[in-house]
Amino acid sequence: MDRLIRKYADKLVRSGLAEAGTPLLGAWDVELIWNREDEMRPLIEKIFAGLHISALLFAQPAEPYRTVVDFLARTAPSGVLRPEDTETRTFLHDLPVVTTFEAEKLIQVLKKRKCAILPGRGIIACGTVSPEQAFVTFSSACFACFVKFFADVLRDVRAGSSSPAQQAAFRQAVEHLDPPAQRVSPLLRGPFRDEATVLTAMEEAGKATVDCGLVDSYFGNISCLFEDILYISQTGSSLDELQGCIDPVPLDGSSCAGITASSELSAHRAIVARGTCRTILHGHPKFSVVLSLACGEKNCEVGLKRQCHLCCPRPRRAAGVPIVPGEVGTGLHGLCHTVPPALADSRGVIVYGHGVFTAGRTDFNGALSSLLEIEKGCREEYFARL
Amino acid sequence: MNGWRGRILRINLSAGQWTVEHPDADVYARQIGGRGLAGSYLWDEASRPWDDPEMPLLFFTGPLVDTASPTSGMMTVMSRSPQTGTVGDGSFGGSLGTALKKAGWDGLVITGRARTLRGIEIEDARITLVEAAPLSGRKTPELYARLKGKGAVVLAGPAAEAGVRYANLIVDGSWAAGRNGLGLLFAAKNLKYIAVKGSTTTRVADPGALKRAQEDVQRLLSASPFLLGDLGIGRYGTAALYDLIDARRMMPTDNFRRTRFDAARGMNAHAFHKRYAPHRTGCLGCTILCKRIASDGRILPEFETLAHFSALLGNAEMETVMEANRLCIELGMDPISAAATLSCHGEIRRRHPGPREILSLLQDIGAGRGIGKALGQGAAVYAEQCGKPEAAMAVKGMELPGFDPRGAYGMALAYATSTRGGCHMRAYPISSEILRKPVATNRFTFSGKARMIKGAEDLFAAADSLTACPFVFLAASLEEYARIFTAVTGLETSADDLLSAGERIDYSERIMNFRNGFRGTDDDLPARFFEEPGTGNGHLEIPPLDRDEFLKARAVYRRIRGLDSEGRPTGEKAAELGIAWSGEIGG
Ligand code: SF4
Ligand SMILES: [Zn+2]
Repeated sequence: MDRLIRKYADKLVRSGLAEAGTPLLGAWDVELIWNREDEMRPLIEKIFAGLHISALLFAQPAEPYRTVVDFLARTAPSGVLRPEDTETRTFLHDLPVVTTFEAEKLIQVLKKRKCAILPGRGIIACGTVSPEQAFVTFSSACFACFVKFFADVLRDVRAGSSSPAQQAAFRQAVEHLDPPAQRVSPLLRGPFRDEATVLTAMEEAGKATVDCGLVDSYFGNISCLFEDILYISQTGSSLDELQGCIDPVPLDGSSCAGITASSELSAHRAIVARGTCRTILHGHPKFSVVLSLACGEKNCEVGLKRQCHLCCPRPRRAAGVPIVPGEVGTGLHGLCHTVPPALADSRGVIVYGHGVFTAGRTDFNGALSSLLEIEKGCREEYFARL
Repeated sequence: MNGWRGRILRINLSAGQWTVEHPDADVYARQIGGRGLAGSYLWDEASRPWDDPEMPLLFFTGPLVDTASPTSGMMTVMSRSPQTGTVGDGSFGGSLGTALKKAGWDGLVITGRARTLRGIEIEDARITLVEAAPLSGRKTPELYARLKGKGAVVLAGPAAEAGVRYANLIVDGSWAAGRNGLGLLFAAKNLKYIAVKGSTTTRVADPGALKRAQEDVQRLLSASPFLLGDLGIGRYGTAALYDLIDARRMMPTDNFRRTRFDAARGMNAHAFHKRYAPHRTGCLGCTILCKRIASDGRILPEFETLAHFSALLGNAEMETVMEANRLCIELGMDPISAAATLSCHGEIRRRHPGPREILSLLQDIGAGRGIGKALGQGAAVYAEQCGKPEAAMAVKGMELPGFDPRGAYGMALAYATSTRGGCHMRAYPISSEILRKPVATNRFTFSGKARMIKGAEDLFAAADSLTACPFVFLAASLEEYARIFTAVTGLETSADDLLSAGERIDYSERIMNFRNGFRGTDDDLPARFFEEPGTGNGHLEIPPLDRDEFLKARAVYRRIRGLDSEGRPTGEKAAELGIAWSGEIGG
């Protein structure tokens, strides 16, 4: 347990999600243990005692998350943020804001939600089973706020309603943006000769995708077809730590051992079934997701019903690739129905509020560079539209 | 009232009379329904012998039943287990819960013993006790065919009449309810069946909020590979687990002497689908639909049944598994316990029964004939009688299901601490240890598992009380179900409040077990798991469980659960949880 709390406290900082020195991560094992000393601990321990949880994380997001989280939290109507991205919609539902740092108040909020935002102080997130849950929730909250903030700015600027405070926050956030990522060293070249090479190539490409900032660890997925077996990352695996977390799924369905495969297995299967590609990469690059939300239609019935993510009827595009609706998994409105056909004649597909799928012929070089280019293109387009 | 119907039907079979009870609103709010509410009715009677006519047999629905809540068709049957002597209960689906709610009842409390074999027929407020003597000894499909016009039906089969300790109940002619011998309660009460028809609807406080919360859960179900993924149980039934459990080298094989089955590949869900071309079905109110019916009308085995009638017995014939499953349903007995007892028998006489013998022994058990009589007592009693208690792979007298605990240490702890004996559904640690939900945990460590198991036991106690299908909680959480509960009942709650209720429900069961003589030392596993390794493959070894580590984890569990160092419930903890108990055995 000690190892786990250190791992995730470090990972928060290393991956640019939390400010160095701020993550305070505690977990109950035999005793309540912490990654470090902190004067806040007594208060946080009170929260711990008031909840049926096993892990609690409190940290200040790193820039630019800090600026956007604070701005959104300070201006949230009725103390709740409702980002429109898929992660929030599916797993977090909404992000409550708590303005007073009181144990009782935080306990009340955390009884109902996995995390809360404390403007100016940070994000508090809990886990019922392991510290990893708190890490994942923190990461989702940062991503959701980033996407919401930049999407709001674009919408408000174009509507002429952007406030000076929003503008100031925007300038500050933009100053802290990393430059667009570039890939220098190539990935393993295909075609791959054996299973071991496939696994190595997947681990390498997964890590590169995270390193390039195209997805936060724990999200995204990746697959590679080799001799009628689709090798695919497991559900709840981290793209930068794929060793031992890749499931072989025979395409003839002769084994269900891949029941732990990514929730996007159906989409991946349908994509490779078209026969033109063998590798698939799925990340959550931020500006692609931001642009997917930016729709100017005023009188769209689907939009008015807030069902864009389910069944947007317009042929929308960004950075030259289609934007399609679709939810995680296999439901009626699952992206497994929309992504595969759209990817047939495009180097990539953006899923509304969610992320990007790209594919390659024999290895991951093409898929990764498509992902990079789409995100770069969306970022440029975003600033151009402003 | 919203959600609940506010009425409990109490039937005294000795007197042939019934009364209606109206529990206070705060009883409902506290005990929720299902397992929680049933437990509160068992509380005062729990120390009677199971076959005491005054021992209640309880059927309870929850507030979510007969609403648009996902998997709303679940309910609980409870009494004292004839097999283990512990609290005996089972959560089951089908259509009975919905019918009972529609008839206006939250629960049934059945006491007494009818003078001759009876059926209970309920149609809304009309209750009829029907002569059922001519139905004695009939097999369940035949019975069901005669009764299905009367509504949803739960019935006991010949195994209950033959005194089989793991006789169960059959719902809708197809689905099993109540492991640990609750079928015997029917026999003890001279009851053959209950049929229910209802025509009213359950009121919901805020249908709009329910719809939104229901959509949130549905979104999570769709996002779950295990539930609705290409290879999930919604596609293949629970047998979808078969390949994975074998691949993880935790398939109980040869009476738990090995953990990998050589013939697994040819016996998996895919093979069954190819051969039997089943169609998809499930409990009322469910969109996962994890049940399968073959084109010839037979039921496809659940994972645990498939695992035990194949690997555990070294049987590589699919048709034998199909027939064994059919026989267990027909005779009304628990397939996990039946297979495990046969396997124990095989170990003791050093030869597993072959395919034909498996089927003939099942017939003998169901009829209480020849050696079937002894085997009908379950593995623990049978092995004891043979002077080989170590051959019974059971906890608290209930046979272990299809997950070898050497391959998942949380599972090891959960088997030991379960309040109803060797059961995987009390905490379902397979969720994180194997299926990676809500996050993956290292299956080969006890670190952190005590808290994880305690939390999961509370969660499933709450789920069994709401009532909702446990499988949903591999995707959704009480966070969503708290909103559903509020939308249905109009009562404010939170995920955390529901966990508190779950904790209280679990602890009450521990107190009842304690009063019935169970001690901390009963929270243990068969010695084999600490002495013999599982079947590794060169890269992955499956060592025996480390006894000291297990005991340490159990000690931590006791602390977290609020038991004393010997594993006994305490008056202080009971008071803290708001349970009225003095801490004394007779208290
Ligand atoms: S998942 Fe299966 S057991 Fe659960 S409610 Fe649905 S059909 Fe019934
Ligand atoms: Zn994604």
